[in-house]
Amino acid sequence: MIIDILSWLLLVSGGLVGIVGAVGIHRFPDFYSRQHAAGITDTLCAMLILLGLVLQAGLNLAAFKLVLIFMFLFFTSPTTSHALANAARHSGLKPEVDSTTIEDRSRD
Amino acid sequence: MAFKYGVFLFMFWLLLSGHFEPLLLGLGLASVMLTIFLTKRMYVIDHESYPLHLSSRLPTFLVYIFREIVSANIDVIKRIMTFSDSSISPRLIEIPLPQKTDLGRAIYANAITLTPGTVSVELTKETIIVHALTKETADDLSTGNMAKAIPDQDIN
Amino acid sequence: MLLENYLMFVAASLAFLVTLGLALARALMGPTVYDRIAAINMFGTKTVLLIAVLAFLSGRMDLLDIALVYALINFIGVVAVLKLVVYGDFHSSGKDITKPVKVDQR
Repeated sequence: MIIDILSWLLLVSGGLVGIVGAVGIHRFPDFYSRQHAAGITDTLCAMLILLGLVLQAGLNLAAFKLVLIFMFLFFTSPTTSHALANAARHSGLKPEVDSTTIEDRSRD
Repeated sequence: MAFKYGVFLFMFWLLLSGHFEPLLLGLGLASVMLTIFLTKRMYVIDHESYPLHLSSRLPTFLVYIFREIVSANIDVIKRIMTFSDSSISPRLIEIPLPQKTDLGRAIYANAITLTPGTVSVELTKETIIVHALTKETADDLSTGNMAKAIPDQDIN
Repeated sequence: MLLENYLMFVAASLAFLVTLGLALARALMGPTVYDRIAAINMFGTKTVLLIAVLAFLSGRMDLLDIALVYALINFIGVVAVLKLVVYGDFHSSGKDITKPVKVDQR
């Protein structure tokens, strides 16, 4: 019973965090800051949802597979974000910044 | 080395399938052998692709990184919900990269990207260029507390 | 299955559908091509989670294997699309090109 309440909480908060992240990619002004909002759904949202599902699954193969899915997301999502940001910077997309602490070294 | 990872891969197969019929076990053995053959040909079985020598530092690092991820997420969520022009101040900063091994550098860059609020944009030999969402996250990263928590150890 | 448990998976799926819609809107609107790729990456991540929830909703645990495979394909797919956009083909190693191709950023 307590486990059910816990997974209710985890799944609903996971869904809400996901929606907030999706709202974030519409609210932030440029590509680089949108990456931060997209990062929320990759980390905290996946954590909450998969933890809630593991509680429902109990100790069996399904729980192991859920942990495995989380590990794949954990390893691949920063790689994808870095590749995207790096490609955008190399193609000359300038971030909207308040103050640049390093000189802009775009390659033209 | 290759045999050890073959055993590891076969246990992985067993856990994923959950079946113990002779036919499926044979198919698993065949695919494990094929994988080992291909990875040996590609020379990717080494300490960089299987960093077992770092596993003793893994639990402390995982606890640290999960705590960082959760607190950074809450911060970014607050900034999304109360969005105005003053709530974010994105900037590019350049911070030193103190790790010696390539693996340590990769772990550091991935840890920076995993915490929302900072994304590693470009790596050079000694520095790493980071896009930070706010001044606080940028200052926090510049203190170098995260760099100290990264497991970075040579094989010897 | 208990009704309350059933409802919690339904609630999570509905939240995911809203998120997927918003991500798809960004993919269609996105001013630059990188916005679109980032939105599609997010769409893929949410799809993996949605498939995992659907596995519990329908009680068919086979779907978890599909979620696992989808997580891998999503990663490979995004990196492949990124490579196509930045280099113009799939076979350049990246080291050969000193100066990346100028990308039309739409």
